[in-house]
Formats: sequence, structure tokens, C-alpha cells
Amino acid sequence: MRNAFAKEITRLAKTSPKLVLLSGDIGNRLFDDFKSIPTSNFLNCGIAEANMMGVAAGLAMSGLKPIIYTITPFTTTRCFEQIRVDACYHNVPVIIVGTGSGLSYASLGPTHHSLEDFAIFRALPNITILAPSDSVELKKCLNEALKLDSPVYIRIGKKGEEILTKELTPLRIGKSTNYKYGDKVCLIGTGTIMSEVMKAADLLESKGVSTCVEGFHTIKPLDKKSLKRLFSLFDVISVIEEHSSIGGLFGAISEWRALEDDLYRTKVLSFGTKDEFMHEVGSQQYARELNGIDALSIFNKTFKTYQKRNKE
Amino acid sequence: MKTSKLQEIASIARSRIILNSHKTGTPHLGSCLSCVDILVALYFSKLSINPKKYRSPTRDRFILSKGHGAAALFQILAMKGFYSDKLLSDYGEDGSIFAEHPPTPDYLPGIEAATGSLGHGLPIGLGMALSSMISGNSFNVYVLLGDGECNEGSIWEAATMAVAQKVENLTIFVDANKWQATDRSADLVGSTSLREKWHAFGWNTYEIEGNNMQEILNVLEEKPITGVPNAIMLNTIKGKGVSFMEDDNNWHYRIPNKEEVELAFHELNVEL
Repeated sequence: MRNAFAKEITRLAKTSPKLVLLSGDIGNRLFDDFKSIPTSNFLNCGIAEANMMGVAAGLAMSGLKPIIYTITPFTTTRCFEQIRVDACYHNVPVIIVGTGSGLSYASLGPTHHSLEDFAIFRALPNITILAPSDSVELKKCLNEALKLDSPVYIRIGKKGEEILTKELTPLRIGKSTNYKYGDKVCLIGTGTIMSEVMKAADLLESKGVSTCVEGFHTIKPLDKKSLKRLFSLFDVISVIEEHSSIGGLFGAISEWRALEDDLYRTKVLSFGTKDEFMHEVGSQQYARELNGIDALSIFNKTFKTYQKRNKE
Repeated sequence: MKTSKLQEIASIARSRIILNSHKTGTPHLGSCLSCVDILVALYFSKLSINPKKYRSPTRDRFILSKGHGAAALFQILAMKGFYSDKLLSDYGEDGSIFAEHPPTPDYLPGIEAATGSLGHGLPIGLGMALSSMISGNSFNVYVLLGDGECNEGSIWEAATMAVAQKVENLTIFVDANKWQATDRSADLVGSTSLREKWHAFGWNTYEIEGNNMQEILNVLEEKPITGVPNAIMLNTIKGKGVSFMEDDNNWHYRIPNKEEVELAFHELNVEL
């Protein structure tokens, strides 16, 4: 995904002299092509993210289009106050790209995990929160984000993510994407965990359970229209995210549902990370399994709940 | 403009700030009074800004990074003609845009950044200065910091980057009144001189008496060094201009009563 980001930003820089890429001393050689464009603007801000965010806001206030790129915790929690005050309070178009988000850097330990970014950003006014599932969706998110005149956070993975979406399918911020039709259960997911969600859907289908998969690349603004439709259609909805079960997509959906007039009888399951730091490290897949957000865990719990509901 | 005229404007500004504090209960009087002279010198003698075209892309930018000095800036922007005195009439009322700190630029002409949380103004100013280098719009950026504000790590993050990027259209002033909210600055950060610190980071530094209008005007006329940002230490007195407020940190939060306002006006030689 980071390679796709570098490639797309390089393509965009050729025609957008206002674009400024700011890096927090990361992406070794990743942006060589970008830098080789004579009119491109690249600022390595060093390991000083609070300053980098303020600089980006100052650039945006002066009519430029800054894009900040570094590992997610350092471009979110590390400089949260600068995001809140400099970017969001001023409501200026700073694009914040968090790379290696969720459990992408599982083996690096909790300092490099980002499992609370949705939660803290959701409470900020003016910001749009995007979590593309693959490189194709990332490119579309980036292009849509550049059209906005307000802050955007794009949460991306690392590398080697499976391609799940099609180039030609249009993407609209705040509008969910259907990955697969089905009429018995629904899986709602966001970000790179969508590959596990699709595998879980295959497992459900193999048991004869027709499964709908809906991708929410936009966490904020929340696509309430799609939620209304899905909640009126399905008895069982599983919400999957590589983020804490607190305050993320499940949190957003739960808040929406609590204020709805309609009395949905839908059973909602939350698949998010546990409310604890991971002291045992391992691969991303190991971390997903440990947190019960892998395909098999999603399948097992969803299938059992579906069977139970069907007996009622 | 003559030095004596600027000194007169500074006295009027001080009187307006004190009266406003009395009327509206706005604190940070000591912090406002220490930086009046540099604000007057900048707005009335240095900055290239037309109050009627305050969004011009080539205007000079001034950021009050020590945002708690807003009550001073609000008066000076009105005196310079960015908005009428009438706009200030709802100061301190419910629904007013005049908070104790500057609002965002969309809400008040002349404001470049909403500050108040310390350590934000310099990185933003650095971004603006870099934008001038990128987009070719030639302008200068001036940022006023407090000496207490220099506790913040983000100030020193920006200090390193500004030098690395050879940003020469950026000038900072440190309003060194030697006090912060609850203590002497030196008791909190040690007694190494601020000028030495900025010099060690690679800035072109000056140190002057920051409440002396002539010294301020002189330093503003200094020819800048190519490829280096400028840092000017202003040795100031908190509460400057009113004898019973000077260097008395109670005036960080205290609000003057009617008698104190009268006494202050008398000392400033301004009619109430």
C-alpha cells in the first residue's frame, strides 16, 4: 500500500505544484521518484512530528496542499494537539497519512500499533476519516481527499495487501462500498482487515449462509443511509475493524443505532482488538488471531449467532 | 513614523488594554503590557500589511504565538484599522468572538493563527515562511513567543528545522519578561541565556531592551543574513508601563479596579 501511495503521489505531483509531501524521516528511498520531479516539494521534517503538523497547517493556511506521511502512532497520537488545534480548529486542508496502521507493525510492539486512532479522531470536528482496504481504494481516497478543503486522515497498511476492489468502481467519501451481495448475514468492515472479512464471507457461504459484505472506507462522516438499509435487511451484522472495539467503527455504528427511531432487532457483533496492550509480539496474522479478528474467528462467531437467531 | 509618535501609540494601547481588562475581567495584563512596544513597532512601522487587504497573498504575517497576549493584539489591530472599535464593544459578552486568545483567521481580520495553546505559533509560522519559498510569494513571517513558551519542545523542533531549511524570511521575538504563570522562568528551565540557546541552534540572534522603542526600531532595520532565520530576544518587564504592575507576577491574573485604572492612566499620561 505504501508503494501505491508513493506512486500515486508522484503521479499527482507532476501536475500539482501546490502539493507538498512532508515525511517524518521515514520512507527510505520510497519517494525517490517523487523527489526527482523538478517541481515537486518534499520536506523531510525529521523525527519531530509536532512541528511537522504545525508546519503542514502553516503551508495549508498559505494555500498549499500538504500531505503528511509517517508511521501511524507518530502522525496521530504523538502530535494530537497539533492536529486538533492547527489543522482541525483552523479547518485547513492537511492530509494526514498514517502508514503501517492497525497491527501492520505487530512485531514492532505496541509503540508501533495504532488501535485507537479512529476513536480519538472521531471526536474532532472538521476531519474526514478514511481507511482504504487496498491500493486501488487508497488511490481513490487520496484523489478524493485532495478535492476537500478540510483536514483528512487516511489510515493505510504496509505492503502486500490483497487487491479486493476494482479500479472502475467509483468511490465517494461518506458512501460505503458493496464488496459482495448476500441476504442472510452482513459483514461490515473497514481498512485492510477487509481481506479477512472476505475470507470469512467465503467460509460462511461454504456453510450455505448467503453473506453480504459492505466496506466502510469512510469512518467519518458515517454513511447512515447505508446503515439504515443494512439494519432493516439483516438479523445479524458483524462489524470488523483492526482497531479497538472501543470508539471505532463499531462505536460509531452503536452510537448511531442508539439514537435511531427504528427498533432494529439486528444482533450486532463487534470484532475489534482487545482493551489491552499486546505484550506478546508476532506476525500481523498472529496478532489478528490473538485478538479474534481473523477470518476464522469472524466466521465462527457470526455463524453461531446466525444459527441461534434462525432457531428463535 | 517618528519614535515619539510610536511611543505615544504604545501608551494609548496600554491604557486601552488596562481599561478593557477592568471592564471585561480579561486577565494576563502583565503578559500583554510587556509586549505592547514590539506589537506597535511591527504594526505601525514594519509589517507590510494593508488592513483593507488583509488576505493578500503577499502580505507579511505576524503570529502571536504567546496567545495569552491577545488582549493587547485585539486593541492594536483595532487601532491599526483592521476593524472598528465598535466591534470590540461586545468584548467579554456571551457570544463575543473576543476570547482570551485569538480566534481563527476566519473570525477576525488581521489574525493569522488561533493560538493560546503554547508552542504552536512557531511551527505554523515556519510553514508559512516555507510556503513563501515554495510558491514564490515573497513575504516575511514574524512570530512573537513568550520566554515561558520556550519551555515547549515543539519550539525547539521548529528551531532546528528552520535552520536546516535555510528559512531566511522568518523572524522570531522572545518576550523575555522573566516570569511565567507561577514562577520565575529561570527557576524552571535554568539560567542559560535564551540568546545562547537560539544561537546554539544556528539562528542569527540579537538581544535588546524590548520595551525601548528606539532599540526595537534599530533592530528591525538590521540587514538580515542570507539563509538564516532571525531570533531577537526582547528583555522586557512584565506589566511594563504602570509602576505598581511592573515585575509583579500577581498581574498575570489580577484585574485592576477603578482606582487602579485611574492611577494607571495618570502614569501613562493618557486621559480616561
